[in-house]
Amino acid sequence: MGVAGVIFDVLLALALTWLAWQATRAADLFHAVVSFIVFGLLMALAWVRLEAPDIALAEAAIGAGATGALLLSALDRLASRERRRRLLYEPGAAWGFWIPAGGALLGALTLAAWKLPAPGLGNEVRAALGVSGVEHPVTAVLLNFRALDTLLEIGVLLLAAITIWSLGRAPSPLIPAMPSPALPALGRLLFPVFVLVAAYLLWRGSHAPGGAFPAGAVLGAGAILMLLAGARPWIRSSERGPWRWILSLGLVMLLAAGIAGTLAGQAFFEYPPGTAGPLILLLEVAAGLSIALLLFALYLRGEPCEHGYRGKGR
Amino acid sequence: MTAAQWIGGLLVLAGIPFLLLGTLGLLRFPDVYTRLHALAKSDNVGLGLVCIGLGVQSGSLTLLLKLVLIWVLMLIASATAAGLIARTALARGLRPWGT
Repeated sequence: MGVAGVIFDVLLALALTWLAWQATRAADLFHAVVSFIVFGLLMALAWVRLEAPDIALAEAAIGAGATGALLLSALDRLASRERRRRLLYEPGAAWGFWIPAGGALLGALTLAAWKLPAPGLGNEVRAALGVSGVEHPVTAVLLNFRALDTLLEIGVLLLAAITIWSLGRAPSPLIPAMPSPALPALGRLLFPVFVLVAAYLLWRGSHAPGGAFPAGAVLGAGAILMLLAGARPWIRSSERGPWRWILSLGLVMLLAAGIAGTLAGQAFFEYPPGTAGPLILLLEVAAGLSIALLLFALYLRGEPCEHGYRGKGR
Repeated sequence: MTAAQWIGGLLVLAGIPFLLLGTLGLLRFPDVYTRLHALAKSDNVGLGLVCIGLGVQSGSLTLLLKLVLIWVLMLIASATAAGLIARTALARGLRPWGT
């Protein structure tokens, strides 16, 4: 790595620290949210520099994209006087408590990172890659060696969506009145591209960075764009559509894959010999669809109303 | 260095002033409309030159087409975003500078 690389990394680290400070401390909440979105984008760049493109994809799509849209829409619901942050603690407490506590945590984390076994489990993963059914180590870990973690992650996402939806119906109107004709045109033009990119990422997951999480996030972001462009959300209970199944498809399929092994007398999540490849692809498709719809459901913040979903003023 | 690398390098170098001037406009222009004017035009030219330059430098047609695709998508997104920001600003009663 040359001098330019070091300079770039130092600038990136400084910018990340500054943006994190802005996102947590800016009095104006809009300023804080924009800082957070830029933080997510630069964080994705940091993951690229650490040669972890899988995490970079997920960070850019979920951390900056979906979460950013969620925060902006939450901000839109606040009255303008609530958009200023109230200081919840004494400014002096920063020096008395938060800075020492943060320093101690940073020190403990540094020590923990220092004490990690040096080569990690990379060699073990690489050695077992031949029997995993896929050629990309990250996908092998996510959907084969540690599929239980993925199962729990999707479970958490589903639980979050159910909890938010149980709090009440989506606020009405869903989208602010927008007189621009450009946004619907953009939505119509770009949604096929979103679908294409999601399918590409899903297919790529078996041999290169990609997979269910980035693909689902891209598809979910496309759905959010369509919603903002005035499209009518089709997930509502009165229609009893297949969306409930799609929401839980990822969890159901992962659970089935895990339990099927146990029933056949194997270990939990032990795939039958020779079927790992197709099985992982199937699980990826199911998980990707679920993640896309779950992120969209999180963005909706509840079941959309039948009437008054757009253009009723603010 | 091959001719493709020279041409690519020159295209990237030609793109950088556009990006710099666009950022300068964002920082120095007086109101949201003039800032959008600076960003939405200058940055897109700069990005296009950088993308085409990197694509030419890579020597691979596939990579060049992918980078051009990124540029086209950015053009569409930035034009729409600039229009939305300007319309929202106008709807909230922000007067253009000098009127």
